[in-house]
Amino acid sequence: MTTTAHTDTAALALGDDALVLSHRLGEWMGHAPVLEEEVALANIALDLLGQARILLSMAGDEDDLAYLREERAFRNLQLVEQPNGDFAHTIARQLYFSTYQHLLYDRLATGGGPFAGLAAKAVKEVAYHRDHAEQWTLRLGDGTDLSHERMRRACEALWRFTGEMFQPVEGVGIDLTGLETPWLESVAAVLGRAGLETPGGPRAGAWRAGAGRQGLHTESFGRMLAEMQHLHRSHPGASW
Amino acid sequence: MATAAAHRTARTQRYGGREATAGEQDAYQRAFDAAVAADERIEPRDWMPEAYRATLVRQIAQHAHSEIIGMQPEANWITRAPSLRRKAILMAKVQDEAGHGLYLYSAAETLGTGREELLDKLHTGRQKYSSIFNYPTLTWADVGAIGWLVDGAAITNQVPLCRCSYGPYARAMVRVCKEESFHQRQGYELLLALSRGTPEQHAMAQDAVDRWWWPSLMMFGPPDDESAHSAQSMAWKIKRHSNDELRQRFVDICVPQAQSLGLTLPDPDLKWNEERGHHDFGPIDWTEFKEVLKGNGPCNEQRITQRTRAHEEGAWVREAAAAHAAKHSGDSHENRESRETGAKQA
Repeated sequence: MTTTAHTDTAALALGDDALVLSHRLGEWMGHAPVLEEEVALANIALDLLGQARILLSMAGDEDDLAYLREERAFRNLQLVEQPNGDFAHTIARQLYFSTYQHLLYDRLATGGGPFAGLAAKAVKEVAYHRDHAEQWTLRLGDGTDLSHERMRRACEALWRFTGEMFQPVEGVGIDLTGLETPWLESVAAVLGRAGLETPGGPRAGAWRAGAGRQGLHTESFGRMLAEMQHLHRSHPGASW
Repeated sequence: MATAAAHRTARTQRYGGREATAGEQDAYQRAFDAAVAADERIEPRDWMPEAYRATLVRQIAQHAHSEIIGMQPEANWITRAPSLRRKAILMAKVQDEAGHGLYLYSAAETLGTGREELLDKLHTGRQKYSSIFNYPTLTWADVGAIGWLVDGAAITNQVPLCRCSYGPYARAMVRVCKEESFHQRQGYELLLALSRGTPEQHAMAQDAVDRWWWPSLMMFGPPDDESAHSAQSMAWKIKRHSNDELRQRFVDICVPQAQSLGLTLPDPDLKWNEERGHHDFGPIDWTEFKEVLKGNGPCNEQRITQRTRAHEEGAWVREAAAAHAAKHSGDSHENRESRETGAKQA
């Protein structure tokens, strides 16, 4: 095993996270609750897609990797492939992921490893994503009774997918388990300010923690890929 | 609707809190006419004839609605874009359209209306949006055809609006046109890649152009002799050119572009007329145009249903934001401002 192979593994894991979440956010376009959120969600989706393109290009051809791998070859977290659900689900997913990604890129940016350059640029984008998710968590959690209840349900439903973020990834160059405590503290603080309890319940298990990183995904993911890849696969070898 | 209230106050103040006398009205009208004749800009606090105000509200609102309904046919392909580069370009474009919608609603609000009010009129069919967005995007090439033809037609219409007599609208158009020209070039480039690609890709591009050509020509509106608002809008310098003039200009621009794309335009009567110095082109199916405007186009129902659904399903989110803001209205303005500045992207 060479250092390059390790780097590829990590680039795919981080790149797939960004690619898949970007795709999910893209599904919101034309459906957002307010025009400003059409702009904001598209903005976040675009940032993530930009990160995905750089990361996938480190591991090979971005389009071959995005469009020609099958479900079992994707290395993204199960969290990011979760369907959008209602706006609260989208925000809870974003809060959990952006908090993690911000901590991760912040460390990577100062680590001097192969991802330092990308992380240094992306950490600014991710800080915005995190702030956006936090602000909406506060508005929904501490808004109306209905929004509180929806935000509570969303946070609980997605909690089970948060353990996998801290599983080790070969080649990433930092200790991911070390991010878990600051992540928990930050998320609990935001939820607390929003008047929400930090969910309990398991965050790890055979089909959860680390499963996405090993290519074990949830059922909706295959359908998402079918839609994403259909046109590209229908014209083998064509350029666009 | 703070804007509307502020505006009404401004107008009342001009009359010193009472109805203007006939003499005052005449003086205001003469000042307005002189400003328009001198190519000066009318600004929100200036006196303007009620009909001028109403025409602008109608036109700007319809323009804003077109931007947000226009997101749908393109967003239809975001999740299926065939390369990551194209996906990024398309997402950025749809995002820009939402931004254009925001500028335009703001411009409309300077005339004493509110976004909520305008959206309500869109949802209930009391205000229209461009008929073009009632056509479906059936293949990836449609994304390119929309960029090249639909954005091309929009630019031809909108560039003269950068000199429109109403300042806020003219300034919005300057920003919108810059971004639209960029989108148009990207659409052209997308079609060019398809046209030069595999035979299947070329056929896809040709089919899209065949379906979008005539609807794009309809974007300029009815022929001059049937255009209800044209004469007045031109007199007010809201409009600078007639529908038929702009349509002719668009055809003349597109013909050589189609040639360099290696694609044909679906009009057997299209040919250069040396004498006129323009291209002659075949008759437009105005029956189809009227049907689409009446709501009987292929996607009218679907477009409004999706827009209304997004609005209704988002109501609880907007209510939550309002409730949260009300609870925290005591937060210092400074804190809020620094949060917002921090949230903005570099």
